[in-house]
Amino acid sequence: MAYLFNTPDQQTEMLQTIGVDSIDALFQQIPSSNQLNRDLQLPGALTEMELEAHMRQLAASNGGGLNRICMLGGGVYDHFVPAVVDEIASRGEFYTAYTPYQAEASQGSLQAFFEYQTLICQLTGMDVSNASLYEGGTSVSEAAFMAMRITKRHGKVVILGSVHPEYRQIIATYVDNVYCTVVVIPTPQGTADPADVEAAVDDQTACVIFQHPNFFGCLEQVGQLSEIAHRNGAMSIVSFDPISLGLLQRPADYGADIAVAEGQSLGIPMQFGGPFLGILACRQKYVRQMPGRLVGETVDRNGKRCFVLNLQAREQHIRREKATSNICTNQGLLALRATVYLTLLGKHGLREVSELCCRKAHYAADRLSAIDGISLAFERPFFKEFVLQCRDGAETVIKKARQNGFDVGPALRQFGDLGGVAANEAFLVAVTENRTKEEIDRLVDAVSISSDSD
Amino acid sequence: MKNRQATELLFTLSKPGRRAAVCPPCDVPECSLKEMISAEFLADELSELPELCEPDVIRHFVNLSTLNMSVDTHFYPLGSCTMKYNPKRHERLSALAGIVDVHPYQADELNQGMLHILFELQEMLAEISGLPAISLQPAAGAQGELTALLVAAAYFRDKGENRTKVLFPSSAHGTNPASAAIAGFECVQLSETSDGLVNLEELQSRLDHQTAAFMITNPNTLGLFESEIATISQMLHDAGGLVYIDGANMNAILGIARPGDFGGDMMHYNIHKTFTGPHGAGGPGAGPIAVRDFLADYLPGPVVVRSESDSDTLAYQLRNPDKSIGRVRSYFGNVGILIRGYCYLRTLGAKGLREVSENAVLNANYLMAKLKDTLPVPHGEFCMHEFVASAQQIQREHGISAMDIAKRLLDFGFHAPTVYFPLVVPEAVMVEPTETESKETLDAFADAIKEIIGESPAFLHEAPHSTPVSRPNDVQAARKPVLKWSASSDS
Repeated sequence: MAYLFNTPDQQTEMLQTIGVDSIDALFQQIPSSNQLNRDLQLPGALTEMELEAHMRQLAASNGGGLNRICMLGGGVYDHFVPAVVDEIASRGEFYTAYTPYQAEASQGSLQAFFEYQTLICQLTGMDVSNASLYEGGTSVSEAAFMAMRITKRHGKVVILGSVHPEYRQIIATYVDNVYCTVVVIPTPQGTADPADVEAAVDDQTACVIFQHPNFFGCLEQVGQLSEIAHRNGAMSIVSFDPISLGLLQRPADYGADIAVAEGQSLGIPMQFGGPFLGILACRQKYVRQMPGRLVGETVDRNGKRCFVLNLQAREQHIRREKATSNICTNQGLLALRATVYLTLLGKHGLREVSELCCRKAHYAADRLSAIDGISLAFERPFFKEFVLQCRDGAETVIKKARQNGFDVGPALRQFGDLGGVAANEAFLVAVTENRTKEEIDRLVDAVSISSDSD
Repeated sequence: MKNRQATELLFTLSKPGRRAAVCPPCDVPECSLKEMISAEFLADELSELPELCEPDVIRHFVNLSTLNMSVDTHFYPLGSCTMKYNPKRHERLSALAGIVDVHPYQADELNQGMLHILFELQEMLAEISGLPAISLQPAAGAQGELTALLVAAAYFRDKGENRTKVLFPSSAHGTNPASAAIAGFECVQLSETSDGLVNLEELQSRLDHQTAAFMITNPNTLGLFESEIATISQMLHDAGGLVYIDGANMNAILGIARPGDFGGDMMHYNIHKTFTGPHGAGGPGAGPIAVRDFLADYLPGPVVVRSESDSDTLAYQLRNPDKSIGRVRSYFGNVGILIRGYCYLRTLGAKGLREVSENAVLNANYLMAKLKDTLPVPHGEFCMHEFVASAQQIQREHGISAMDIAKRLLDFGFHAPTVYFPLVVPEAVMVEPTETESKETLDAFADAIKEIIGESPAFLHEAPHSTPVSRPNDVQAARKPVLKWSASSDS
């Protein structure tokens, strides 16, 4: 079942036109010593009905998601996705198209990306957004490379220990084969002490990278961090949570030069880690150093407004090894989802979602931390996610919750170095607008009773 | 038929007071916001997002979608991109509860179905490539290239060798040199022979103890199989370097030849091309890499491992390879696309996969045979899954460029082929029909090109004539970039 059209008669006719007598003859350009000359050893082919049964069985065996209550955090969240987002993203005209090289035949995608870029600018207050990157983690690395090019300081990057540990690992991997030191600022109290950052930044530093709200859910002293970067000629890079901007100050308000984010919370399902959406926005003067696709407005030969891929001279297909990035495409379908999501919410809807997350998270934090043996790990203000410290061990509490149908975490122990945070007995809890008071109360009961009887 | 009002920009459709998504009332005890978060962190005012109602949003985006060409609606012979049919069953199956709603930090014990799928995909990709170790993490082909080069760098560092150069032919995809540069390598570009293949003499002269890898697309971007690949591979290995196979053109050789067998040490797949993860108007893709045994320990983690019969442990678990280069992406990878690739491979099986390549190559050769008298194909008597024709002669004799042909094809209801790539063919027209097209479609496409070449050059310079917009002014776009809507500029 290879979705083929050609009948045996047509194949014969086509071979005659080509002037060979068999399909095998067309493969003679591959030396026989390079040919496999046996069948691949793969599982047998399945019809649609068989495949559906197989996949349903695997999905059902996959406890996650089925009637479970997700309060897992760490950069990916169980936010509500309105039906309209799925409906638009399932239009074949969008999802079976490719990069809009032929603008005349791609105005639908191009306009949607132009609208996406505008919405991201409205959300962040930044001047310009690209048409998206892979996901939040690589966006941080791309921003760091961008800062190195702009400042011409290639040797040093300062990053807070409270930035998502996986994002920090990606930077470490990316710069492993080039000379660049990544200095990590300890954040044992949940956020950085600006004095520690000040001490680490010098005239060789390309950028200061912070996350706000950070990996622990806490809010950083973002204004001061940006000031420290600027005072030393370095760039201020923030990784933000798009949903938080319904309540919190925008990156442009506190002096960020480049704002990046994981856009999963904007109408994208969790799907075990991807595909997601990398958001990258910056000040106007840095536009020609941006990585990734950019869509611009122009006019056609009749003077009618239209949209095109713009400033392509930055990109790999033109500049090759001198390109601003090796990235070839944007995450078009995910950018479309975010565009539809932000449009559905509008300014008031975003505020409502943001406020609900914040209120419910604070309610959950108050109730959970009142349980004997469980406390909040940090005293800092937080948004929708917080770290709990457990006297009897994080795993014990996580397991008790799990047995009662609640998924909380991740446990911080699995991430290795966390900027000096005592991780052994700590785990994250995230609360979105999708959670109800009744669910939170049930989690509290489950964990309390379990702890007592243990 | 076009609804011009609905496709106005979102921002001009906005009216204060309109709402689409509305949240339920807050069910936890209310307190003042400033009790939770001090005022210094709070925004002074609401964001500027537009205000629409739900029918507005639907009509806007549905009408926008009709301005696109897509595989679902049109023949899309975009060379190098493998725009084949995207089976609809994949969309439903990748959206099943228990798959689409799994958090990346879900406990392994509650995620055995997912890990089973991903493990089996690793096994199938290893078998198809002939390379035993797989990382599913890279988010796209370009990231696969970068990842594999970082793996190579770590391997050589471990061996105490300082290898700083990556070589590639001038016909390479732009991502090859761009990835090599980001990975910290010096790029060395080689020319081709007149046959469009790797120049062995030049390659030999450039190989030395600093050579880390040779990146080669096979079949190459001219649609030709590099028949000297075994010799090339031997040359690299004699010099202590590695062979990287850019897997962009795997659709030509599934079940027929394997990169691991013809001398490749590492490669990437493009799941969105070869195995039908849809292209999503740009992305998402997925770019898993496959490597030889001796590179397996350096792969980025996590990878899925199956436990060997110990009944106390879970069947499938996530592990980081011993000397892993670390992460290249957060979480596991572009799982939604990997699931679609898995569904495709399970649907086709070994025989079906071979038929894919047989028919992709048949379709390409048929179309080439129909067209080569009109549009000469400078390299190769036969092609693999795609061919590169040249409009140079037609331009000289009639003043019709590759771009003119591409643009006019849109009027005939065909997406344009890739043009002006690879760079080694002047006025290149790169055609990849894929296996999921009929002889009737190929015939109609060939007829259209013949008809176009008979049309007046002046008329063609102004093509397309029937699309929602005509040729855009790219120069103006680049000179004064307008990259977002603003209230002041909209009149």
